[in-house]
Amino acid sequence: MRKTKSIIQGIAAPLPESDIDTDAILPAQFLLLLEKKGMGKYLFHERRKPGATPRFVLDAPEYHGAKIIVGGPKFGIGSSREHAVWALADFGIECVIAPSFGDIFYANCFKNGVLPIALDDSQHAELMIAANRATEFIVNIEWRELSYGQKKSVSFDLDGRRQRAFLEGLDEIEQVRAEDGHSIRAFEKTHRIAAPWLHLSKQQLCTFENVEANNGNDVTGKASA
Amino acid sequence: MVFKMAGQTLYDKVWDAHVVRTYATGEALLYIDRHLVQEVSSPQAFTGLATRGLSLHRPEAHIAVADHAVPTDRDPLSLREGLAAKQIARLEDNARRHGLPYIPTNDDRHGIVHIIGPELGFTLPGATLVCGDSHTSTHGAFGALSFGIGTSECEMVFATQTLLQRKQKRLRVLINGELCEGVSTKDVILAVIRKIGVAGGQNHAIEFAGPGVRALSMEARMTLCNMAIEAGSRIGMIAPDETTFEYLQNRPLAPKGALWSQAVTAWRELQSDPDAEFDDEVTLSAGEITPHVSWGTTPAQCAPISETIPDPSAEQELDRRAQMVKSLKYMDLKPGTPLSEIEIDTVFVGSCTNGRIEDLRRTARVLKGKRVAPGVRALVVPGSAKVRADAENEGLDRIFKDAGFEWRRAGCSMCVAMNNDRLNPGERCASTSNRNFEGRQGPEGRTHLMSPEMAAAAAITGRLSDVRILMNGR
Ligand code: SF4
Repeated sequence: MRKTKSIIQGIAAPLPESDIDTDAILPAQFLLLLEKKGMGKYLFHERRKPGATPRFVLDAPEYHGAKIIVGGPKFGIGSSREHAVWALADFGIECVIAPSFGDIFYANCFKNGVLPIALDDSQHAELMIAANRATEFIVNIEWRELSYGQKKSVSFDLDGRRQRAFLEGLDEIEQVRAEDGHSIRAFEKTHRIAAPWLHLSKQQLCTFENVEANNGNDVTGKASA
Repeated sequence: MVFKMAGQTLYDKVWDAHVVRTYATGEALLYIDRHLVQEVSSPQAFTGLATRGLSLHRPEAHIAVADHAVPTDRDPLSLREGLAAKQIARLEDNARRHGLPYIPTNDDRHGIVHIIGPELGFTLPGATLVCGDSHTSTHGAFGALSFGIGTSECEMVFATQTLLQRKQKRLRVLINGELCEGVSTKDVILAVIRKIGVAGGQNHAIEFAGPGVRALSMEARMTLCNMAIEAGSRIGMIAPDETTFEYLQNRPLAPKGALWSQAVTAWRELQSDPDAEFDDEVTLSAGEITPHVSWGTTPAQCAPISETIPDPSAEQELDRRAQMVKSLKYMDLKPGTPLSEIEIDTVFVGSCTNGRIEDLRRTARVLKGKRVAPGVRALVVPGSAKVRADAENEGLDRIFKDAGFEWRRAGCSMCVAMNNDRLNPGERCASTSNRNFEGRQGPEGRTHLMSPEMAAAAAITGRLSDVRILMNGR
């Protein structure tokens, strides 16, 4: 189980640029890290170097503790690195609002309790203005509504399963293993008859490390760097 | 088999054959035949698996290899200290613990995931294949349904051999005619991205089709599909044909004997039906495409080499104008400058886009008997140990070395700048890789994307140059 979450409330920080790629969100040198935790300090590393001018929005005092980013179109394009989302989450960002997202980034957000909200241009423009004033937003995941100040709320789309994942803290892997384990095994049987060449055997793979033709025991010892 | 319904696209056919079940939300549980595992996107997935106390659903569906962080200037086994060594050791360790087929860094099958998958015959038509790397679209060149995934999805594949996926719309990119001399599929894909933009293919599975695609070798097709993701599509596919079968036959992991014939019969069905419907279509005439280079910080910011740097003030769309200003500032370029006057100091030939033997051959053809311009650092990094060995057998390494190139070992190298192969701040690189994002090849480094032959031309002249002019001596 993950933590359940139904409300995200916090300052929204504006990042009014299009095509913010995942290389910018988390540069490659930090991909060597082996844990998810602790990536937040490297978020937007190149832009947050000491003395950077203008000061990066997340480092400006009025945006201290921001939980929401209002970004430009095509937010999170490029590399599939989930590290970009880990960095956002570890930094404390729980929600990213943009007109559009990179596909893989969008999917990665949901796996880490970060809510990506895609809005049309006019709604997005209004939120960008509000974010420019360091406004506090309230995102209600249950109602699929976002509100701030005296403004009436803006509703957003959220797939039912993904919404439930937030509200109930459901975990995809647990869910599929519990509910669909049977169907997967049944599928494998028929699939193997339909396309037997797709099923690699230990025999075929025995020239690779860790695979032994007969019983699959560990046969390492060749190289260890 | 499910492959035989009328009115379906190639994507529909492979998709349908892998749906375990569909949910009320419209999502499907998609069965994943094969998974390539690398060192960067997998450690946290293995940790997740361990936390759950789970083992792999099917260890034989995976192959693990380290490519991103490996050094290319020395024997990778000599690397013992530092984060990269740790990350590679972690992959080895995880593979051992889970009985996952593993290719060590000193193995003659080692290389970049997207190069070795096809080389081994691990990549097959009609298969679903994933990897924690966005350029997994490459394998679609074989008619596989392949796409890049995040680390959590890697964990899902380890644990269940499935993924929850929503079906994509279908976009056909039709390429008519044939490419002219000096023009390659790198130019075609840059032209496509320039035309439809970096999000033009978003939520779509691309199928590249038409006579211009049929005429291509497998390696050229892979370059095309590799960069589908730069147009926003996780998926780029090409229907398999004789060229595909010829490439695959006798590959180590390809089916053999009767199973091979049975497979080829099934693979012949993997064509979009004549009455199949696409949600969108883009047509290009190959004969009109000329060598392209990128000038900005997204792959869509590119142009034919004969053009000049565009003027942001002429751009009507505000977002795009702001982005152009930002890109040009980062790239330190002025509107109106002819692209062929831009001087470079570094040349990188390699990556999963252009690190195959044909790429090296085409580069070497331009370089033969010539020298790298004074002051230019040039490196060629074969995409796999096999590419490197084949190139050495053909004597290509000599041509590169005689021209003044560094001849490296296989790896991602300066495509991603995770090892020591990176640009210094302010350096400008003619690169055959796929991304020109800010800092992609090293903090504050500047990247110009282009084809291998164009990179060779840039190496010789020390500036971005039209390889056709160089070769014709005009
Ligand atoms: S060569 Fe570059 S794009 Fe390809 S897998 Fe390696 S890092 Fe990714």
